[in-house]
Amino acid sequence: MIGQKINKSAKQIHAEIISNKKLGPYHHMVFAVGDIAAHAKPGNFVAISVGGENSAMVLRRAFAIYRATDKGLLGGSIELVVAPHGSGSKWLANLSVGDFVDLIGPLGTAFGIPTTPANTMLIGGGYGSAPLFALAETLKNRGCRVDMVLGASTANKIYAPLEGKRSVSSLTLTTDDGSAGIHGQITESIPRLIREFNTEVIYSCGPMKMLESINKIASDFDIVHQCSVEESMACGIGVCMTCVVPVRIDNEVKMLRTCIDGPVMDGAQIIWNAENEGGNI
Amino acid sequence: MSSLDFSTKIGSKRFSNPIFTASGCASSGQELAQFFDLSEIGAVVTKSIMSKPRLGRPTPRMAETPSGMLNSIGLQGPGIDVFLEKDIPWLVANNAKVIVSIAGETVDEYGVLARRLRAVSGISAVEVNISCPNVENRGQVFSCHPDTATAVIETVRRNIGGELPIIAKLSPDVTDIVHIAESVIKAGVDGLALINTLLGMVIDINTMKPKLGGKTGGLSGPAIRPVAVRAIYQVHQAFPNTPIVGMGGVANGRDAFELILAGASAVSVGTATFGNPTALIKIRAELEQLLLERDFRDFRDAIGFAHRGAK
Repeated sequence: MIGQKINKSAKQIHAEIISNKKLGPYHHMVFAVGDIAAHAKPGNFVAISVGGENSAMVLRRAFAIYRATDKGLLGGSIELVVAPHGSGSKWLANLSVGDFVDLIGPLGTAFGIPTTPANTMLIGGGYGSAPLFALAETLKNRGCRVDMVLGASTANKIYAPLEGKRSVSSLTLTTDDGSAGIHGQITESIPRLIREFNTEVIYSCGPMKMLESINKIASDFDIVHQCSVEESMACGIGVCMTCVVPVRIDNEVKMLRTCIDGPVMDGAQIIWNAENEGGNI
Repeated sequence: MSSLDFSTKIGSKRFSNPIFTASGCASSGQELAQFFDLSEIGAVVTKSIMSKPRLGRPTPRMAETPSGMLNSIGLQGPGIDVFLEKDIPWLVANNAKVIVSIAGETVDEYGVLARRLRAVSGISAVEVNISCPNVENRGQVFSCHPDTATAVIETVRRNIGGELPIIAKLSPDVTDIVHIAESVIKAGVDGLALINTLLGMVIDINTMKPKLGGKTGGLSGPAIRPVAVRAIYQVHQAFPNTPIVGMGGVANGRDAFELILAGASAVSVGTATFGNPTALIKIRAELEQLLLERDFRDFRDAIGFAHRGAK
């Protein structure tokens, strides 16, 4: 009905945990995934079963891929940044090296890369920064300028590993409480930074309210905005129809699945204020 | 171990095995086909299709609950035209047995849909989802009243013609499901699908508001399995000759076997697919093993076995 299919490289595997390190409020986890790594692109995600067999948690959890390594000591691997907020992510973060998880990936769309070098800005909220570091590396290798802006409520919730900073031309931090970087909401700094860096393309990942604010700015500056959206998802493979967002394409409204037509979507096509259009839009 | 005749029948139609998808839990079928061959399962029951394209309800549409989930999709779909043009030919070309589920807001809409299906080749049965609000009667759900349930089934029966089996999908949110089953059997259905989701609600204690965009949602998953077993048992006891497609929280072969013992001639798998795209294949294999271990050589001998000797 939509013509889109699930990521054609997606496979269901038992993936071994080969590293699990606590980093502030997050866990950095590495999984041996074989050739899933070779097919993973920045922006893709994986869906993992949680709680073990006979768990009361019946649905998969989706995690953006932080980095994929094609050929390592243990074959292909992917890295995730897990924020143990709910019972599913807590269960996952508590697993040990050598444990296996049921994992499907790579899923979803990837960030589009400009065909010619461009000035890009990558904006991440909280652990939403995770998929942006691999994107930064790809963009830098294509000759793009990469300015990264990371924000969170407080300093230790900014996910910005040292190795991730190598690919960026500048890194700006913001915190709502002023404990690190610029004091204030991440979106307050963006217009000034766009002018300073002559930004031509924005990539963003984080809470929907943040993405909506960034989209307004991108629209005011008339620049392209690719955002990785977050909507409650039950399956990750396009069958449950729960993770939809309303979009307008050629003046027609559609409810697109963020697990198939997303998570990376064109910010200009998303109908951000759907609830104001009343009930069934 | 000797072999098992795993086939089952609904009305005049035979299915190679009794494990089906549940309506609304397999999208167009193409998504699951990436994980297994659709001809390996008994049938694909399509999402409930309506006469016009439909956007469905706002998000959030999902809330996980203990051993289950609430969903509030609102029958998002492409409408019967696109469905017949794109989805059905693809399923037929991929050797899937197809049961088309239909849903309407008025009795007439069910009739229109049935008429559209009568000439379509490659369909094995029609599931009539009558757990929908009747817009002509204060949004009362068709399947909650014997007279409206009967009106829908009679209209479908009249419009569909031929020998296509009709399966009525019933809601468990009624005082006496046997009474509703009786009314649709009298109206001429060939089978029943038991049970649809139970209506539920989750309130987010942080926002202090209902979590779902549509406020209420359908509860599915292992949490509702005992309700399904009870409903199937009661209806099979009253109408042992009417085939039942059982569903409600089936997550493994044991669960499927339980519904069959209660009286199901086939078992649909829904929520388990969300957690595991190959759940249907796993359940089919586990069920086959359980039947053979108990010396069943014909699957149909196990249907309603829990009633044997019962008073």
